[in-house]
Amino acid sequence: MSQTLLDKVWEAHSVRTLPNGSTQLLIGTHLIHEVTSPQAFGMLRDLGLKVLYPGRTFATVDHIVPTDEREEPFSDRLADEMIKALRKNCAESGVKFFDLPSGQQGIVHIVGPEQGITQPGTTIACGDSHTSTHGAFGAIAFGIGTSQVRDVLATQTMAIRKPKVRRINVNGNLAPGVYAKDVILHIIRQLGVNGGLGYAYEYGGSTFDAFTQEERMTVCNMSIEGGARVGYVNPDETTFAYLKGRPYAPKGAEWDAAMARWKSFASDPDAAYDDVITYRAEDIAPTVTWGINPGQAIFINENVPLPADVPEKDRATAEEALAHMLLKGGQPIKGTKVDVAFLGSCTNGRLSDLIEVAKHVKGRKVHAGVKAIVVPGSQGVAALAESMGLASIFKEAGFEWRGAGCSMCLGMNPDKLVGEQLCASSSNRNFKGRQGSPTGRTVLMSPLMVAAAAVTGEISDAREIFDVN
Amino acid sequence: MALEKITQVTGRGVFVPGDDIDTDRIIPARFMKCITFDGLGEFTFADARAASREEGKTHPLDDARFTGASILLSGSNFGCGSSREHAPQALYRFGFRAILAESFAEIFFGNSTTLGMPCVVMAPGDIRSLAGLIEADPAALLTIDLLEGKVTVADVDFPASLPDHAKEALVTGRWDAIADLLEGLDDVRARAAALPYMSA
Repeated sequence: MSQTLLDKVWEAHSVRTLPNGSTQLLIGTHLIHEVTSPQAFGMLRDLGLKVLYPGRTFATVDHIVPTDEREEPFSDRLADEMIKALRKNCAESGVKFFDLPSGQQGIVHIVGPEQGITQPGTTIACGDSHTSTHGAFGAIAFGIGTSQVRDVLATQTMAIRKPKVRRINVNGNLAPGVYAKDVILHIIRQLGVNGGLGYAYEYGGSTFDAFTQEERMTVCNMSIEGGARVGYVNPDETTFAYLKGRPYAPKGAEWDAAMARWKSFASDPDAAYDDVITYRAEDIAPTVTWGINPGQAIFINENVPLPADVPEKDRATAEEALAHMLLKGGQPIKGTKVDVAFLGSCTNGRLSDLIEVAKHVKGRKVHAGVKAIVVPGSQGVAALAESMGLASIFKEAGFEWRGAGCSMCLGMNPDKLVGEQLCASSSNRNFKGRQGSPTGRTVLMSPLMVAAAAVTGEISDAREIFDVN
Repeated sequence: MALEKITQVTGRGVFVPGDDIDTDRIIPARFMKCITFDGLGEFTFADARAASREEGKTHPLDDARFTGASILLSGSNFGCGSSREHAPQALYRFGFRAILAESFAEIFFGNSTTLGMPCVVMAPGDIRSLAGLIEADPAALLTIDLLEGKVTVADVDFPASLPDHAKEALVTGRWDAIADLLEGLDDVRARAAALPYMSA
């Protein structure tokens, strides 16, 4: 008994070893969306193959859906073609589709957990790199390419090498105003955007023990930004309490059996790790990015680094980042003018994110000239937020309250930056052009920091703006 | 489904410098509004190329000296970010048949291998030397030998490597896993039946 959760899940899902040494790994749960699946269904048709386990694939539409005018046909002909293709593929193959009119549509990584489809001890794949989100439940969840979506549809398996496991401990209490988002930005800053190459990240320690299920999702979500394809947290009572009563969660006697099984997947106390790193929660402050990858991050009270101060191998990228961001090395990041504030995404578009922000923006006003939008992660999140009065609080403060989808995280729908606009964003990627304008600028931060930027019109320390202490 | 055994790739090279070149950079998201991969090639590095034009510069992919190059050279962590297979599909359709870089992001590496487009790792200094040779003689032919683990240009050899599983898959013509996976379907059903959440 000295196995990690990854070892146990791998063992339970290994079908066989392929001729090149890779594992043929059973994928228990397959999630699909409109961008990376139509080509896979096309390949299936070309090969004369059918979906092997239609009951184990679940679909939703998220990347291209407009968040304002949601009537079909969409004004964007290509987007309209994509939703229709997904609807047709799901209907023909018998795959459950959480479609727009269902009231259950949303970002695939929010819908899976919300429906109780995401469960401990399972394997999950989705043609989207943020699939690591589902690891928050003690699942091993992979982002995959479209050819692998085809593989999973046709065989419910994929060819993959077993990763190494790095245990990342965070111990202690986060200070008020410091969130799960700051924890993962800090980890990526420390380990680098390719530090996780070849590893799965197992997150643990007392900070994670105390985290809610949604906070764990925020951290696991961004594992891939640190180069780790898989990130997970061992399942515990917090996980089970979240799942209980959800539509696809086991019921009655099955629930007790499932819970016993789920517990057995947690890493053994004496499990051996390929690497172990430990951080102190007290050392983490609100964190924002200054560059063009998520590892280029600083605490809110730090200055943007001078290229001369970064390691030589990172210098060229730092210079490229400063040029793109229109920032100067040595200047404070605080006070940088903001044009857009985006609250949403699979990283931070959950109910707890909206509750936390609404608590602080109540009675405040979005700064003149700032376009601030709130995009709930799912129709389920939206409905709850509306019934709790959160939507009204946001609207009264001057935020636009939108429909569910990926929206401005990647600008595949009409929500895009324009020109060199700078966006304070609760999303996960600050790549050049990510938010829809090739010269647009993204600064990643926690939801409350986005709200602080929205009400002040500049990058601010939310603890000061909202008197959090 | 017999696939070509890819043991060597020969062609001219082009160097796109930079570390952490992400898949949004390779193919911006707005070009993914499509239901097939056809036609993605022309949008490869679309925004970076447009930005170069605006600055009055020529992006390497638009530099006439490198037209027709089929081997792409770049820095570390190439292909990071989004899992979009649209990125290697765009590069392949642009005409690339292999990529040489200091390191590759994992999902991109797998997606490219599945297309039969080897991602081969070289030391940073060797990438720079090779880029220098290409700059001096854009017509020079590079040969990547996967079995020997080297890249040859003129009579100069550079060490180059890729992980055993990917090498094995490419040189034996099993780089697209679907045929192997389909052969295991009986085992798949048995394994699935043993998992309560799959048999429910």
